Amino acid sequence: MPWDEGLVNSLVYDRPDPSEGRVLSYGGAINEALSIALTDDPSVFVLGQGVDDPSAMFGTTRGLQERFGGDRVFDTPLSEEAMMGVSAGAAMNGMRPVYMHNRPDFVLLAFNQLVTHAAKFHFMDNGQTTVPLVVWAAIGRGWGSGAQHSQAIHGMLLGVPGLKIVMPSTPHDAKGLLLSAIVDNNPVCVFEHRWLMKKDGVVPEGAYRVPIGKGIYRRRGHDLTIVGASHAIELGAQAAALLASDGIEADVIDLRTIKPLDEAIVLESLHTTGRLLVVDTAWAKGGVCAEIGCLAAEKGFRDLKAPVCRIGLPDVPTPAGYTLEQFFYPDAARIASAARRLVGRS
Amino acid sequence: MLRIRRIEEEIERRYHQDQMKTPIHLVIGQEATAVGFAAALGERDLLYTSHRTHGGYLAKGGDLKAMLCEMHCRINGCVASRGGSMHLIDKRVGMAGTSAVVGGAVPIATGAALAAQMKREDRVVTVLIGDATTEEGVCSESLNFAALKRVPLIFFCENNFYSVQSPLATRQPSRNLTEWAASHGLPAVVADGVNVLAVYEAMKTAVSRARAGDGPTFIEAPVYRFRAHGGAGDDSRTGYRAEAERQAWEAVCPIRIFGDVLKGAGVLNEAGVAEMEQEIEREIADAFTFALASPNPTEADLYKHVYAD
Repeated sequence: MPWDEGLVNSLVYDRPDPSEGRVLSYGGAINEALSIALTDDPSVFVLGQGVDDPSAMFGTTRGLQERFGGDRVFDTPLSEEAMMGVSAGAAMNGMRPVYMHNRPDFVLLAFNQLVTHAAKFHFMDNGQTTVPLVVWAAIGRGWGSGAQHSQAIHGMLLGVPGLKIVMPSTPHDAKGLLLSAIVDNNPVCVFEHRWLMKKDGVVPEGAYRVPIGKGIYRRRGHDLTIVGASHAIELGAQAAALLASDGIEADVIDLRTIKPLDEAIVLESLHTTGRLLVVDTAWAKGGVCAEIGCLAAEKGFRDLKAPVCRIGLPDVPTPAGYTLEQFFYPDAARIASAARRLVGRS
Repeated sequence: MLRIRRIEEEIERRYHQDQMKTPIHLVIGQEATAVGFAAALGERDLLYTSHRTHGGYLAKGGDLKAMLCEMHCRINGCVASRGGSMHLIDKRVGMAGTSAVVGGAVPIATGAALAAQMKREDRVVTVLIGDATTEEGVCSESLNFAALKRVPLIFFCENNFYSVQSPLATRQPSRNLTEWAASHGLPAVVADGVNVLAVYEAMKTAVSRARAGDGPTFIEAPVYRFRAHGGAGDDSRTGYRAEAERQAWEAVCPIRIFGDVLKGAGVLNEAGVAEMEQEIEREIADAFTFALASPNPTEADLYKHVYAD
């Protein structure tokens, strides 16, 4: 079994109920979204290093080149900055590129084009141009990914006006948010998580869109609010299940989009619970955790019964070694412990 | 060319009045490149440039009033006071985009050419770069990709031998830029950058190649900026380049060279030049008057077009 496939296959998720609809994996849902977008709109094309190779970007691009041709689904040179600029330039001239990276670490090579160019053009030329570009990347974790193959960089992009950032946690949302991102007329970063790729879920057939900028309750409770996105909120939901057995009931809010941020749903829940636990796949400092903590201080201060708690990564680069990794990454048990402390039940 | 020169001189003359609150990069001395490549392009063809935009914008058909309004930070500037001198953009005339980060526009132009190819549009894209752009990794990456996909693109390199005040010899080994460019797998030629007809001929060949689906071309045009990298006036006295070097280039002024060609061919005489000068002077005076009388943006304008609908 190649590299971390065994690890990802070993992860245990709640099994979806097939009576609720068709069951598809997270990666399969992305594949279906790309297939629908390529079918429905001739201006959509998919590019990225290895999108046509046998592993097919975790299976998300499998079969697409055979179906839609090498002009619309193609491998690229190892030129991240140029390819980001090429994607932006094509987007500015009537195309809808989906530029895929198997790790966000490689997007850092293209920050000049993403941050300084793609995100700015619509503003800089006073609305003459739109940049309907999707930048897709899957955050890695575990199995020795280490400091340079595991970074979750979305926090760095939160302060960039002109960008949108979506981070799905379910197969349903992975498909619906990707379809929304592709029809959006702005640059949208879609950050997936490697550990979600084999998660199954109920995924409707055909085209549907999950709105960008809207969070959703995954669970309702009154003792505290757990908020986050992507794999972090999957862990948050697992933690909430552990807490329920102790009689602690949590609101679990999946943000789904971190820019624009659904402030209303966070403040609504905080108003009820008075306690806020923010979880993120990235570093706690300066990212989603920090931004939502600030939101609570700025707009929900009177509702707070306890200080905001954030569970992200410590201010340390990712270690490659297995033992150190266990100290580095939070898990459901650690999130549950933090929640117990927050409600005074530790 | 004469029009661009006179516009630049008037901008320079007024610059210290501080009504144009924008960093300027004048093209005085580099008029033949802008006019030569723009003459070979059609209205549908696109131009992307660096921060030195004035020549390309005007030669591509950009509106002088909108340019001067932009430089005076007025709401009716070509990009409503969001760009200033470095970002003169007008899609109506194919002035499609600029970048103030050296090399930033190169992959974007490559993507624009890819879009034209994928949509089977009859459209050629030109990106105006300088000698220093060739030192940016993204330029090499873009040449490689453009050659690989055979996109309809022209890399037009004005080699003016300086990046701000850093001479070429301190930045690159002794070599021909065209050999470097050609190593990426595309034709690369030199055109005399002070001779507008030579520039036009080289561009015509490159444009034909691109339209025929034969892919990109790299053109190097040696040329010289008579003024400082930025701001008004020359800065040779600071010692980074010799006064004598500038004077030698001024002796091959592109406007005089082409003027002599036209006079020699009997197309132009002194009276014709005087008439042109008068007409240009009037146009420039009107445009400045218009810009200075134009309204400023409001606070509400700041928040427009951050996101597209």
